[in-house]
This record gives sequence, C-alpha cells and structure tokens, in this order.
Amino acid sequence: MDRTQLLIGVAVALFSLGLVGVVVRRNVLVMLMCMELMLNGVNLSLVTFAQQTATAAGAVLVFLVFVVATAEIAIAIPIVLLLARRKRTLDIDAYVDLKG
Amino acid sequence: MIETLLANVDTLLLLFCAFGALGGAALMLVLRQPMRVAMALITTMVFLGAIYGLLGVHFIAAFQVLIYVGAVMVFMVYVIMLLEVRETAGRRYSGLLIPGAAGFLALLGAIVISVWRPLPSPIGEIGDTSYGIAGFSVAFLGEYWLLFELTSVLLVAAVVAALAVIRVSRGSRHG
Repeated sequence: MDRTQLLIGVAVALFSLGLVGVVVRRNVLVMLMCMELMLNGVNLSLVTFAQQTATAAGAVLVFLVFVVATAEIAIAIPIVLLLARRKRTLDIDAYVDLKG
Repeated sequence: MIETLLANVDTLLLLFCAFGALGGAALMLVLRQPMRVAMALITTMVFLGAIYGLLGVHFIAAFQVLIYVGAVMVFMVYVIMLLEVRETAGRRYSGLLIPGAAGFLALLGAIVISVWRPLPSPIGEIGDTSYGIAGFSVAFLGEYWLLFELTSVLLVAAVVAALAVIRVSRGSRHG
C-alpha cells in the first residue's frame, strides 16, 4: 500500500463514518458535525488527487469546500437555535412536523 | 536501525496522524455529549491539518486550522454552551442503526476493494507539491476567477439568509 492508497482509504473512511453518523445519531448538532466530517473526508481526497495530478485545481476546490462549509454552518446554526427554542429539544424525532 | 527510522519518519508521522483522525471520527459516533463529540471532531480536524502539513500543502493546513477549527468549530462550541445541551436520558441512536451499520460495512468493503486495486500511475509525487501559495493564488485569481466571485456571492447570500432567519424568529416572538 503506497501513500496515495493510504490517504484515499482514510478519506473514504472519514466520509463513510460521517455518513453513518448522519444516519444513526439523533442529536441535530451531532448530525451537523458529522456532515462537517464528510466534508473533511472530501477535502483530504481532493488534496491527494491534486498532488497525484500535480495541479492546483484540487487546492482551489478545497478552498471552495471551506467556503461552502462556512456558509452551511452560518445558515444551519440559526435554524437549529430556532428549532431548539421552539421544541425545547435537539432530538431529530421532535421535528417530524416540519413541512417544506 | 535508527537511520531507517529517521528515513521513514514522514511515513510514520503520516500513519500516526491518519489513525488519530480515524480514531477521532470513530469517537464521534459513540460519544453521547455533543461537547465531547465537538472535541473529537476538533481532534480529527487538527490531525488532518497535520496530514496536509506533512504532504507539503502548508496553506491548506493553515486554512484547515484557521477556518475549520478556529471559526466553524468555535461557533459550534459556543452554540452547545448556549443551549446547555445535556443528553442524559433517551436513546442515543435512531431506528436506522442497523441499516446504517450495514451501509457502513458495505462502504468499508468498497474501500478495501478499491484501495487494494492499483491506482493509475501518478504524474506528481505525493508529498512533493509543484505549487505553493503563490501558484495557488495565481491559479485561483487567474484561471478560476469566476469561482472566486461566486464564493463572495455565496457568502453574501448566507449572511442575508442568516439575517432573515433571525428576523423570522423575532417576528414570531412579537406576533
């Protein structure tokens, strides 16, 4: 196993652990953190492939993922705060009456 | 013996950081308190920053620590403290625990198969970057200038949306 294989393995493992966290955990904040973990896994794979192809495109994409993650948290946290104040809980099962 | 160890110290550090990042991620699934989960995620992010540093992309390592740990996770920790979340009773996992675990095992199988197959031969060597912050900046503001402008639009949209959410909450409280 060379370095590329190791890093891609770690990246996919981080992504899948984050995905499992989003599916199985019930706390909304923990689910948000698991989404961040998935983005971190994607970032690691982008850096690895950018180094493999010796281009800066992957690094540019990593920067864009940073911006998207920041914007996502800036929107998600006020929504979670509102929901927590209204429902008095962070349990995802309490939000089943949300409509689109 | 010592010379061999010193020659492979980069690889050993990379392995240590990789296992540290995976350990932090695994802890996120089993810890109950959101604050402890946040600390596990911060550990994972710091180890990932160390991996980026070992790979030679120091500016991404700096972004990782400054933006993710310094901004996003500090924000998250403040929110956890503000809400005083304490999960003492109740179930930790949803009813999708068994399908989720099965999906994770399937993904793990896919990882093992895909990683063990030989990858295409690399153009660059992992750990030897052909671009630094200068090359990245030139590429970002020259070739990818449209994406740079779009990020500013996205951030403005995020700020406006956050303000709208706050206004909705104030309106519902007064009305």
